[in-house]
Amino acid sequence: MTGLGGGLGHDVVGFARALRDAGLPVGIAETEAFAQAMSWIDPLVRRETYLAARATLVRRREDLAVFDELFATWFGGPAPARGQPAPLAPRHDPHRVFRTALVSYMAERAEPAAREVDVPEHQKAASGHELLQRKDFADCTPAELEAIARAMRELRLDLTLRRSRRLIRSRRGGRLDLPRIVRDAARRGGAVLALARRRPKLRRRPLVVIADISGSMELYARILLQFLHGVTQRHARTETFVFGTRLTRITGQLQIRRVDAALAHAGREIVDFAGGTRIGDCLHAFDRQHARRVLGRGAVVLIISDGWDTGDPARLDAAMRHLARRAHRIVWLNPLLGRAGYAPEVRGMAAALRHVDDFLPVHDLRSLYELADRLARIPRRKGRSGARSVVPARSGLAAVHAGEVGSRQPSEDRGTR
Amino acid sequence: MSERPSGSRAPAELAARAASPAALTAALAGSGYIVDDALAMTVFLALRMQRPLFLEGAPGVGKTLLASVLAEVFETRLIRLSCYEGLDLAQAAYEWNYPRQLLALQAHQRGDAGAELGDLYRDAFLMRRPLLQAIDAAAERPPVLLIDEIDRADEEFESFLLELLGEFQITIPELGTLRARHRPIVVLTSNRTRDVHDALKRRCLYHWIDYPAFATEIEIVRRKVPGLADQLRRRVVAFVQRLRREDLSKLPGVAETVDWAEAIAHVAALGPPAAPGALDPATVDATLGLLLKYHDDIERVRGALAAQLLAESA
Repeated sequence: MTGLGGGLGHDVVGFARALRDAGLPVGIAETEAFAQAMSWIDPLVRRETYLAARATLVRRREDLAVFDELFATWFGGPAPARGQPAPLAPRHDPHRVFRTALVSYMAERAEPAAREVDVPEHQKAASGHELLQRKDFADCTPAELEAIARAMRELRLDLTLRRSRRLIRSRRGGRLDLPRIVRDAARRGGAVLALARRRPKLRRRPLVVIADISGSMELYARILLQFLHGVTQRHARTETFVFGTRLTRITGQLQIRRVDAALAHAGREIVDFAGGTRIGDCLHAFDRQHARRVLGRGAVVLIISDGWDTGDPARLDAAMRHLARRAHRIVWLNPLLGRAGYAPEVRGMAAALRHVDDFLPVHDLRSLYELADRLARIPRRKGRSGARSVVPARSGLAAVHAGEVGSRQPSEDRGTR
Repeated sequence: MSERPSGSRAPAELAARAASPAALTAALAGSGYIVDDALAMTVFLALRMQRPLFLEGAPGVGKTLLASVLAEVFETRLIRLSCYEGLDLAQAAYEWNYPRQLLALQAHQRGDAGAELGDLYRDAFLMRRPLLQAIDAAAERPPVLLIDEIDRADEEFESFLLELLGEFQITIPELGTLRARHRPIVVLTSNRTRDVHDALKRRCLYHWIDYPAFATEIEIVRRKVPGLADQLRRRVVAFVQRLRREDLSKLPGVAETVDWAEAIAHVAALGPPAAPGALDPATVDATLGLLLKYHDDIERVRGALAAQLLAESA
């Protein structure tokens, strides 16, 4: 801390700590940079202190609002004016009330004594693994859900690979690697003995999950959040969003390793658990705020919703069209699809289906296994020409998508590492 | 890549331009770039602390332009590296001229020239890419190194860059380590198509460039499109600022404002307007393609909404 009086030095350190407590990535290096900056400006001019602090301590646009608020508390005065006011980060909103099914679910998990445990049924569930695989989540007892959660933790989602533009060494095939050929030749007195080659490196496609946690999905939301936690843990490049009447990004929360802590944090971010649904508005918000950032590089989008939308179908249609343009493939998982007699005549669902590549059920463990299997076989080519699947045919779905149910299974896409 | 202007000034005079945020603001304005006090402070500190500047913001807010203006202000070279996925050392830093090396090898084998094989890796065969150029050029006066759209590069390149920005040296196995005598002024830009790794951001001073405030944008248009009448300029900028509050796929950037202002100036020059300084809805509809780049957006705004926004921004 060069060039600072004791009092101000204390301020700098304390302020940095307050920012850190609020979740900003402020370390010693940043604190030192701020202290150094203070020696070049007029620390008595509040605006200069503010700007210097902001330049050295903030590295993300989202952190600006929290930073401004803390700066005002720490150095006095009203929050400094910025260009456009950004909404506060949810974790700093003291007025938020968390009345959500997820929270009560977590409370339940936190107190094992209070949990409803049905011993005979538990034994039955453990012995009948096959039975459990086909049991609708909505009909499961807490003990069975536990067993399902354990099984889900083992589930791997191997997304198909795509060719990146980075080149790596290749044993056969690919372009000539001139640098290496020359280097090898130089080592052998100028003789070219073998032709080194390079080929594009294969990378996993990014996965983007957008899950509905509104009232009509409540039964499935708990178990699906556990599923999402497992997916995020095992696969880097997974982005997760949940929505009801508004969209919330919970990627960061699901990265916490312990499932209870992760869900607790996620629950804190989610306001409208088990409320109404406005899929169109939420997907629109996704398109505006996040799509540019997360849908690059051939992303696969997984939408989990029953399609009950209280909003305008035209809006959902437009949002899905934008999404389809950017994503490599859109997979829509609908828990109701597993029910006999379900037809997606819900207006919202019908509007969205036009843009969906795969429409699959997600109501039991088996359907999750099938999902994993399908994600591993997504065609390399984008669009409808590939295996477009709408499953199953036992409902009225055939009427919606007659003739579009593809069965071709592309096998050439399995990447070789 | 711009050459250094002739008649270069004394180093002291150039240093004075970065003496304070205010001096910097004035120097940048002299080259036609208007900054607010927040950006001025960040650039000032970046220069003082010799840290790279990390600029994020929507397309068209002047991130890249700032780098070239900095080169102009400090009368130095601008070296630009545009990023893309798969960008590697050979394209970013240096590459040996393999065809020439192969020819030399063949000559050696035939025995026509007395080329020693050790000579295969000599300076004549070295092709200098932007990062190596930046280190070389720093011998006399630090250049401005613009690493454009870093979000398009991949993680492999990011980790290489991390090393470079820490030490400002490049090791070429065949030649040895080259180190910059002065640190280049480094500007990284990102359109935020993905999040750049935090480790890279930590080495930089970060600034989010927002769309400019009304007064700032007026000043930018005044400088870029001098032919536009005062009253019309206010109408043009007010309309764009109002348009940015709409829910659109892609909001118009400053570059779009300037283009549109120029178009409006041309239209105004065609004939005497009904009322001087007026912007009529028909003209707005006809020129909307200069402001909005998505068909959906144009469809939404054209007609009734454009007229309404025009009235509101008057």
